[in-house]
Amino acid sequence: MDFNHTEEQNLIRETVREFAEKEIKPVAKELDEKAEFSYELTSRMGELGLFGMNISPDYGGQGMDTLSYIIAVEEIARIDGSHAATLAAHNSLGIGPIYYYGTEEQKKEILPKLCTGQGLWAFGLTEPNAGSDSRGTKTSAELKEGNWVINGSKIFITNGATEITLGATVQAVTGVVDGKKEYSTIIVAQETEGFKAIEMHGKMMWRASNTAELFFDNCTVPEENLLGERGHGSRIMLHTLDNGRLSIAAMGLGCAQGAYEAALEYAKQREQFGRPITKFQAISFKLADMATKIELARNLLYKACWLKDNDKPFAKEAAMSKLYCSEIAKEVADAAVQIHGGYGLMKEFDVERFYRDQRLLQIGEGTSEIQRLVISRYIGC
Amino acid sequence: MKIVVCVSHVPDTATKVKIGDNGKTIDPKDVTYVVNPYDEFAIEEALKTRDAVGGEVVVISLGTDANKESIRKALAMGADSGILLKSDSYRDSLSVAKALAAEIKNQEAQLVFFGKQSVDYDAGIVGQLTAELLGFNSVSVVVDFKLEGEKITAEREIEGGREVIETSIPCVITAQKGLNEPRYASLKGIMAAKKKTIEDKEAAAAENYTEILTMSKPPAKSPGKILGEDASAVPELVKLLREEAKVI
Repeated sequence: MDFNHTEEQNLIRETVREFAEKEIKPVAKELDEKAEFSYELTSRMGELGLFGMNISPDYGGQGMDTLSYIIAVEEIARIDGSHAATLAAHNSLGIGPIYYYGTEEQKKEILPKLCTGQGLWAFGLTEPNAGSDSRGTKTSAELKEGNWVINGSKIFITNGATEITLGATVQAVTGVVDGKKEYSTIIVAQETEGFKAIEMHGKMMWRASNTAELFFDNCTVPEENLLGERGHGSRIMLHTLDNGRLSIAAMGLGCAQGAYEAALEYAKQREQFGRPITKFQAISFKLADMATKIELARNLLYKACWLKDNDKPFAKEAAMSKLYCSEIAKEVADAAVQIHGGYGLMKEFDVERFYRDQRLLQIGEGTSEIQRLVISRYIGC
Repeated sequence: MKIVVCVSHVPDTATKVKIGDNGKTIDPKDVTYVVNPYDEFAIEEALKTRDAVGGEVVVISLGTDANKESIRKALAMGADSGILLKSDSYRDSLSVAKALAAEIKNQEAQLVFFGKQSVDYDAGIVGQLTAELLGFNSVSVVVDFKLEGEKITAEREIEGGREVIETSIPCVITAQKGLNEPRYASLKGIMAAKKKTIEDKEAAAAENYTEILTMSKPPAKSPGKILGEDASAVPELVKLLREEAKVI
């Protein structure tokens, strides 16, 4: 077994950590408070090369392995969940499906613009009445005279309504075959008539990221906007989500790491009863448990990346990573707030934000319950 | 023009340094090493100068294979090639400068950038020693740098103001914080650095003129004393400042 990282992976961690600490950390609190999406930081993340990390340089990407990407997401999430969300959603959900399923023409047309940080792309799966039951999709697309006519709506779509969002990949029912709904994925440019993206407000977490509702009212796009084959919508979505799970897991890992480091630092300095509270077993054992959970989470997630990078099946491990990393993010952030006592409840302390930000991770891109369902099927239940 | 940047591989300033069992070196266990922070300004200025006037940037580092990590970072930032001058025993500043000067001469470089000091031994003289050995001009602790043709205009911060110095190449510049904002090694740069070469060379032999006898930690700060909270404590305070601390 070789646990060493490559020289490039080490440099990526170093450079992304430095970027997150110097550029994101000083403004994260304020952006969260104001629920403001930062175009400046999105552009800077693009300049650094964080968008399109896994795709070929032929389309403007970096051609790096999965683990490098996961390390980058982890390092951003260690500082701020919102920016990690922008990054992970754009790479895994925005760029991913077009890269894996697009025609050469679609890829050449769309991908280079998405790798610079000047353009974002969304992924529309969830609907008001189709969450865990993604087959409950009601949005439909009918082929009429060489065009898809789309009707319906999507909800909770990350990066869906920024000023630089260029479009979305949308899952829709394109017919009924043998009594079964047929799902396909269709590319819709942002400016298309009949398509409206509206930002959602009042989020508890990821407040500096962009979340939207998408509405389709006789939205008409050319037939060639079909992504992948007709009827392959579910397959494309499931494959995309397998990859997406790794990045949500990385967000859990990074969030846990950030909360743990803040708690350890605080506990070393906070004195009660005449000594630092790290000297009390009640606190030090908590920190020991936090560190252990993080180590376990990291090993599981990196192994799932290793499987993927070595072309081995990784879907079970991806679901396990997503489940475990997001669950321990909750536990670690909760313990970090507990260690901070009253201060942990104040916005002035980063753990307050980590505590809110982690809560999405057990819900988004497949709830913890759905992950358990996926895992239970893989182990033969 | 060929530009050389000399880079040190030093303990991260966030690392808690422990002194080794021999009492003369630090214990390298658990120490994270990074590019010397002042050298990052030197790398950035070298890259900016190359981008403005053309040529190439060669990174030189003296030390062990571990230094390649720092050379690789400079390559990822955009330097063109690297040279590791292999040397695994302790060298004092002059010995380091002699080995660097020999390689810089070999490279026929006209402009050399250093950080103003390395944050490990903090001697802060290797740049100037190297300039002297090469017979180059030198300006130290520079916060602004311009090259026009062969003419160099450099600024230094001095007490209460700035000093502007004019000189010409060949020249050694040592960089101070404020000279520029070092770029991040972009992911593209990191991938490109994989294909750049780092050449291994034996560092030129040179004897040490100084020797480290011992290293010790600064004495632990003793806890403060609170004598009282109002004016009645003043006489006692004055007495202790005079007799115990001996500062008045």
